[in-house]
Amino acid sequence: MDILRFITAGSVDDGKSTLIGRLLYDSKSILVDQLEALERQTKNKSNGEIDLALLTDGLRAEREQGITIDVAYKYFSTPNRKFIIADAPGHIQYTRNMVTGASNSELIIVLVDARQGVVEQTRRHSIIASLLRLPHVVVAINKMDLVDYSENVFSNIVIDYAAIAEKLGLKDVTYIPISALDGDNIVEASTNMPWYTGKPLLQFLEAVALTDDIDLENARFPVQYVIRPQTEALHDYRGYAGKIISGTYRKGDAVTVLPAGIETSIEKIEHNLQETEEAFAQQSVVMHLADDVDVSRGDVIVKNNSTAKVSNELEVLLCWMDTKPLLTGNKYLLQLNSNRVRAVVKAVQYKVDVNTLENITYDGAVKLNEVVKATIKTASPLAHDSYRYLRANGGAILIDETSNITVGACMIQ
Amino acid sequence: MSTYKLDYLDQLESEAIHIMREVAGQFERPALLFSGGKDSITLVHLALKAFRPGKFPFPLVHIDTGHNFPEALAFRDALAANIGETLIVRQVADTIARQQLTEQKGKFASRNALQTYTLLETIEAFEFDCCIGGARRDEEKARAKERVFSVRNEFGEWDPKQQRPELWNTYNGRIQKGENVRVFPISNWTELDVWHYIRRENIALPSIYFSHERPVLVHDDQLIALCDFIQIEASDVIETRRVRYRTVGDMTCTAAVESNAADIDAVINEIIATRISERGETRIDDRATEAAMEDRKKNGYF
Ligand SMILES: Nc1nc2c(ncn2[C@@H]2O[C@H](COP(=O)(O)OP(=O)(O)O)[C@@H](O)[C@H]2O)c(=O)[nH]1
Repeated sequence: MDILRFITAGSVDDGKSTLIGRLLYDSKSILVDQLEALERQTKNKSNGEIDLALLTDGLRAEREQGITIDVAYKYFSTPNRKFIIADAPGHIQYTRNMVTGASNSELIIVLVDARQGVVEQTRRHSIIASLLRLPHVVVAINKMDLVDYSENVFSNIVIDYAAIAEKLGLKDVTYIPISALDGDNIVEASTNMPWYTGKPLLQFLEAVALTDDIDLENARFPVQYVIRPQTEALHDYRGYAGKIISGTYRKGDAVTVLPAGIETSIEKIEHNLQETEEAFAQQSVVMHLADDVDVSRGDVIVKNNSTAKVSNELEVLLCWMDTKPLLTGNKYLLQLNSNRVRAVVKAVQYKVDVNTLENITYDGAVKLNEVVKATIKTASPLAHDSYRYLRANGGAILIDETSNITVGACMIQ
Repeated sequence: MSTYKLDYLDQLESEAIHIMREVAGQFERPALLFSGGKDSITLVHLALKAFRPGKFPFPLVHIDTGHNFPEALAFRDALAANIGETLIVRQVADTIARQQLTEQKGKFASRNALQTYTLLETIEAFEFDCCIGGARRDEEKARAKERVFSVRNEFGEWDPKQQRPELWNTYNGRIQKGENVRVFPISNWTELDVWHYIRRENIALPSIYFSHERPVLVHDDQLIALCDFIQIEASDVIETRRVRYRTVGDMTCTAAVESNAADIDAVINEIIATRISERGETRIDDRATEAAMEDRKKNGYF
């Protein structure tokens, strides 16, 4: 059993909440008392049936306004896989939430209303998926019951979307015709759509191969914390604690500590409080180096066969997430994994239109939810990779030093 | 390549260890809030994996309402002694006396709300800038939106609209003086994940998690342990039942479930078979209003 993290996106009323409710309901993840609370709430409304969409409405303010305003996480499992859903709203002003939800996801479900076909929001959500480089895309064409389960409607939407996918370079795209409301092609193949021969949504989600999503070639180990017991018995113990974000490490491997560029080798790896010969991506371990070198939090230990880039100037795609605009020349903190350095946004080259992916001229200020291409200078050199090739070591956040708020997401070019 | 795959429990474990080490790396004076319940016992187990052979970079802190199960308190003390880590216990009763707070009245008078005062007092006294807690997002609707690093103002309040975006696995723990951060390493675990992990890792739990006989008061279909903290009336129905607890909170507001599950396999089987969620079944206080949890969170509860 492994874990798949995915995000759902769609414009208002495409049926996103109903779909999530349906997945939870059909996988028996909704418990009796939650169902009862749902029934009580539904009774306050006019229509009689239980409203699956209410399951995903977290906070009272949102219930009162009747809209979803923030990322909420939902969980369900099948015997083969645990699923973590990032439920992010799709309104234009909430690009920020989608970027946040997508940053931790391996897959996106883009919902399309079969009656409307591909709309502006579909394009925007797909652009965000491509900026965040989600490896898998599912286009769920919903409300098929309202178009007489027509294969023709489905095929036309597939053609329209395929053009977008091609332009954006989305590689793994799967199309599934569904009715979230009635459960068609969710768990079981729909008898209303015998022409569809692919897997129902849940079966597809259970089967997506996730092994290729983790880079096992380029080994990166950001140091989080130095363990030094300083007791009599463990006087010389100096362990570098962290999580391997990509690649594999073996005892004896030749490694370099970045950004300093000090070469040494791995003397010992501990995992689960025991010594191990080899450790790999996603494991939290403790490493010991052969030489007495100076390593601290924020340093990255890489294997010599593939070293990360080290520089204090970064080209980034930057999604701005603060209500205050970004001004060039302002100072921020840039955090890449465990490394936090001072940074200044030196220049903005252009804005990216998240509806068309076209470049538009920079007009002096970057506002909330805008995406720009920018140059960032850091106070000290940073060991990084291109987000395109190594997602785990190429995504950084910007923090406002005075308010401490996370104000931007950087995809390093 | 398949040898480089992690099982889901390994992934959850590694994520939790990563989060704890971020706490160690980012904060001056963190603390681990320890209640003696299964979630915080799991946190201690994870902290051992994150920091041994070193010492924990934080003390264990227990806010004692005075209404705890004696089994849980004994377990707490034994565990802290066994691993040789510092345990700080602060009494809600002392806060009540010092701040002249008014206690709830009634049959199941609970100190749950007053816990917040003691917690805030403790945070202030020790200047804690971060409190690690065992909350999970699957527990309750309002929690589903909580960040892993959740910033609280000096009144301990959570503002769901002002949450920082949390991207990738990068956690921003920067705060102003007076603020603090609640950190939830097992955010992404479900109740069942915790139980499966406890079984896999062979983690010891207080005895009340397993089936035992106990005199209980039967009230509105809920079974409340007989203790000095609830008011018994002549009309009350008191029976001896075979029960266990799914969560361990105060004796006054945690209900038992009837159960013959004497070991962890039996408990897991029962949980899979029951379709009632953990909070709904055993927390009397969550039933009051739909938004009960959200209100308490905003006020500085976890
Ligand atoms: N006929 C039909 N209606 C649907 C379907 N899925 C969702 N709906 C309805 O569309 C409306 C909007 O759905 P909701 O899930 O709230 O949309 P959201 O805004 O994307 O979360 C609701 O009235 C749903 O009942 C479907 O497959 N078929």
